[in-house]
Amino acid sequence: MQTIKCTGALRRFFPNLKDEAVRGSTVAEAIQQFESHYPGISDYLLDEQGALRKHVNIFVGGELIQDRVHLQDPLQDSSEILIFQALSGG
Amino acid sequence: MPSTQLLLVGTSKGLIVFEKREAAWTIKDVHFVGMPVALIYEDERTQTWWAGIAHRHWGQKLHYSNDQGKTWQAVPTPKYPKDTFVYPNRPATLKKIWVMQHAGPDKPGGLWLGTEPGGLFYSDNNGQSFELVEALWNHPSRQDQNQWFGAGRDFPFIHSIVIDPRDSDHVYIAVSCAGVFETKDAGTSWEPRNKGLIAAYLPNPAAEVGHDPHRMLLCPAEPDVIWQQNHCGIFRSTDAGLSWDNVTDSNGLADYGFALAVDHENPARAWVIPAISDEVRVAQDLALCVCVTEDGGKNWQALREGLPQNHSFDIVFRHSFCNAGDTLAFGSTTGNLFLSENNGQNWQCLSHNLPRIDSLIFTHS
Repeated sequence: MQTIKCTGALRRFFPNLKDEAVRGSTVAEAIQQFESHYPGISDYLLDEQGALRKHVNIFVGGELIQDRVHLQDPLQDSSEILIFQALSGG
Repeated sequence: MPSTQLLLVGTSKGLIVFEKREAAWTIKDVHFVGMPVALIYEDERTQTWWAGIAHRHWGQKLHYSNDQGKTWQAVPTPKYPKDTFVYPNRPATLKKIWVMQHAGPDKPGGLWLGTEPGGLFYSDNNGQSFELVEALWNHPSRQDQNQWFGAGRDFPFIHSIVIDPRDSDHVYIAVSCAGVFETKDAGTSWEPRNKGLIAAYLPNPAAEVGHDPHRMLLCPAEPDVIWQQNHCGIFRSTDAGLSWDNVTDSNGLADYGFALAVDHENPARAWVIPAISDEVRVAQDLALCVCVTEDGGKNWQALREGLPQNHSFDIVFRHSFCNAGDTLAFGSTTGNLFLSENNGQNWQCLSHNLPRIDSLIFTHS
């Protein structure tokens, strides 16, 4: 079981967003489960080919994920998955 | 109850709705505060407002309102199909929604959508879903990086979609960079229509494909007359796009620029907002003006009354100029919004304090 914690910036689009427990062996599987809690949220995080959007970052256990294209970074039990927007703006 | 004129202003920080009350234009509403509203469009058949949001982090989103902005709904964002490639080894993903156009009164629910990286989409269900127009995507020129390529952006983008009011199967698109393409069978087949254009930045300036129209519009009353503000000047076609005449101002003022407005009744009249050269991109002498022609581009006259004539750094993007009857409006990169109610002879500034303006349309309540 892992926990996904998301930036509060996404609450504007998903007002009920909160930390969610998911179970997956990869980041891609965890995001897929997260989508079932919040339909449409994966479109905010990933492009239509399944890659992480350029200005979104995902950390697992405090480390930035390596595979931004297929999201195949492995998960451990009790991994904490943090989803942030990158610091780009204006 | 008489209708009220509205001006919808898409900015880098939200959609701002101006209304005209007792001869004064004031802000009525602000929607999507803080979000980049890169596209604003009204489907005049249904009075549906569409807003394209170009989130910096979360990708492109598309919202519509059936009640003039009181409520908004999102539709699923158009998607490039799996395993679609812009170029070899470069997966196609939606970078930006540039333009929307309804498909004609005889195609209810039909909507065209022009995007970067060069995909044209079509919806037959009022935007609830969109499909990539494969015939254009698979056009041999589209797959050639020497013919379709980015200009100011990383990838080519479709920014103008023009429907022939006599025949909704007859559609033109304009692409930066590639040029103008035409279909007469509602998108099943496409032909380039760039004869007479100049691509001064190519080894062959008269190449069939590789041109940079910045904005293209036709005259609804005489649809064989099509205008374009191009990277390399101003061009006009009087034969439905089969050929283009260079109508760039011989005095050098109306030449480079992005924005274009055409008279809906008079095929000889159009307006542009010039800038000097592609490498400088400021108003000539830092004095902002609109240029009008009344004779099909033979002569151009500068309209300056009410516009800043000192130290103006305003640039006007391709979708930030619009007209309705005698009323014209444009918004600039520096957040100034100007309006004229006499065909550009006099201008008033509605606001100096807006964010960058990307898109403008007139409508009414």
